[in-house]
Amino acid sequence: MRQKVSVLRRLGGCAIAVLAGALAATSALAADPIKIGFSMAQSGPLAGSGKSALLAMKIWAEDQNAKGGLLGRPVELVYYDDQSNPANVPPIYTKLLDVDKVDLINSGYATPIIAAALPIAMQHDMVLMGLFGLANNAKLNYDKYFSMAPTGEDPAKVATKPFFDVADQLVPKPSTIAVITPDIQFGHSVLEGTRAAAEARGMKIVYDRTFPPSMTDFSTLVREVQATNPDLVVVGTQPGQSINVARAIAEVGLNARMIGGSMTGLQTTDAETILGPQINGLVNFAYWLPAPKLQFPGSMDFLAKYQAKAKAAGVDPIGYYVAPWAYADLQILAAAVEGTKSLEGDKLGAFIHANTFKTIIGDVQFGPGGEWAKPRTFLIQFQNVKSKDANEFTGTDHLVLVGPPDMKTGDLITPFDKARQ
Amino acid sequence: MVSFDLLANAVVSGVLLGGFYAGVAAGATISFGLLDIANIAHPAFVVFGAYGAFVLGQRFGLDPLVAALFVVPVFYLAGLAVHQVYHRAFERRGDDSMRGLAFFFGLMFVGEVVLILLFGVDYRYTSAAYASTSIKIGPVALPLRQLIPFLGALVILAAAQLFLSRTFIGRAILGVAQDATAIRLMGADPVRLKRIAFAISIALAGAAGALLLVLEPVEPAIGREFIGRVFAIAVLGGMGSLPGTWIAAVMLGVIENLTSIFAGASWAPAVSFGFLLLTLAVRPSGLFGR
Repeated sequence: MRQKVSVLRRLGGCAIAVLAGALAATSALAADPIKIGFSMAQSGPLAGSGKSALLAMKIWAEDQNAKGGLLGRPVELVYYDDQSNPANVPPIYTKLLDVDKVDLINSGYATPIIAAALPIAMQHDMVLMGLFGLANNAKLNYDKYFSMAPTGEDPAKVATKPFFDVADQLVPKPSTIAVITPDIQFGHSVLEGTRAAAEARGMKIVYDRTFPPSMTDFSTLVREVQATNPDLVVVGTQPGQSINVARAIAEVGLNARMIGGSMTGLQTTDAETILGPQINGLVNFAYWLPAPKLQFPGSMDFLAKYQAKAKAAGVDPIGYYVAPWAYADLQILAAAVEGTKSLEGDKLGAFIHANTFKTIIGDVQFGPGGEWAKPRTFLIQFQNVKSKDANEFTGTDHLVLVGPPDMKTGDLITPFDKARQ
Repeated sequence: MVSFDLLANAVVSGVLLGGFYAGVAAGATISFGLLDIANIAHPAFVVFGAYGAFVLGQRFGLDPLVAALFVVPVFYLAGLAVHQVYHRAFERRGDDSMRGLAFFFGLMFVGEVVLILLFGVDYRYTSAAYASTSIKIGPVALPLRQLIPFLGALVILAAAQLFLSRTFIGRAILGVAQDATAIRLMGADPVRLKRIAFAISIALAGAAGALLLVLEPVEPAIGREFIGRVFAIAVLGGMGSLPGTWIAAVMLGVIENLTSIFAGASWAPAVSFGFLLLTLAVRPSGLFGR
């Protein structure tokens, strides 16, 4: 009898120990998430895209946690508003690493913000995925930087490649080019790319004066361009500037055979609905659209989730521009963590270099410099936009893919003023 | 070789844009020039005015110009309240230089965050049809989105100038700007007069905001782009002279456009601020300062 009680006591003790162990493991799982830290523009000129990217990243975190997290641990996003100001980035990452003790870092949105975060990633030997950066690693050659922009190993030149690939199809060949760019790193990248493309094609640059980034009225500048009567006008502008340049082009009545190219921000519903029919005829780069050939496993599911949440979150309601890339960015980081069973920068970096990743924006493979091994950029033309209604900018009816040839959903309307009739 | 068309359009565009900036700077001329209050948040109040006009347009379908009539009294009252706080916390204690500046900086950032929380970071704009219409006189194009703010700003400046020069309170405000002690000895309350003048400056910022909405889409942080220009215009115009403010603003607008044509737009800020420095070196009180 006494023996029976003792056995029962032992069994009970074991059960309690197992239960306590399980509870401890559960609480450890809940209390010990894998923290991913980053800055993201939630105010200032980059905030439109920054907010869209943040919503996409939150959706990724929800999806990932629903699948059991990473390495059996939940994921937690830790982020701060960088106010679109690169000067705010170093203190934010210092706080993320020293105070918040994040396990992994990611970049904020766009070239100047990534440029400010990259030295910190290098100091800490951590992987940094750069969201929509142009040539951030060109001079640093950091082996753990990976660019989430499909611009390839020579991004400065590739930024204008889709524009020139389509321009090459024009008959007769265009011979003169004007360039409108701000006096900042991004503008100079576009300028450098245009000069290289012009030289390769024997074209003459007839206007290439830059403008100060604070400029808001472009009517005089557009008239200066008009006076040079160029065949092509490459516009490389940032959000805000793109809207004001597009308005000035419409008001002045600038005409050329192709106008646009690298007008950042015109991919957002916000800018598109401000301009309405004034956007017709402009060509612009695109990284992803829901064209049949660009619908990969998960892309439309993600878009449905994003669009369901976007209105309540007060962000870009359509989300074709940065959102899928922000989601894919974390998909790659997560695949590397699962693939290496590690959070160490060296192992993650080597894994990302060595593998191809299946994401919602397609297969991604990186080259030695951390840029996409094979560039994949498109040129779209806004066509037949009749109103400022956001529905005009869903699908590819009015956002017509005009290049490269194998991805076309329609033909380029040229010259520019024909598309505005 | 610069064509006549290009030159004429550049001058006209410079006048239109400069005229609008004069409207933006009118309030700063009063607060900074007459009251010695470095209201660095003045451009932020302009942006608040733009959002006020935007809300009235969304809710009641009001044109920004009509909305300005409702924005002005609300901003006047807000100006009274802000000055009350500023006076009690800083001016009365003699802490009105650096701490006052910090107060207005704080006000600017808090206001910006409030706008972000309320409206998000997207650009807001007017759907008024004239905002995308131009009229052409010979070779010169006049976009209504520039012409209307120009005329509106002219009305703002003329009204403020008439008030200051023709009304009893207006003259008393000018008197406070010259010698507050003398005004006190005459039995008037200089603090009350300064409060009224400051409230007028904020009301003018609100009206200029409604005009800004016509000129271009706005987002919460857009006011930062105007800070340097607004204070440069107030200083160049002669710190307290509204006609001087208009002329200085138009001169800077034309200089910037001509610089853009002859040397490139990147040189425009350097040339206009160089012009400001040169003017101050020759005439430290500004173009129309006494």
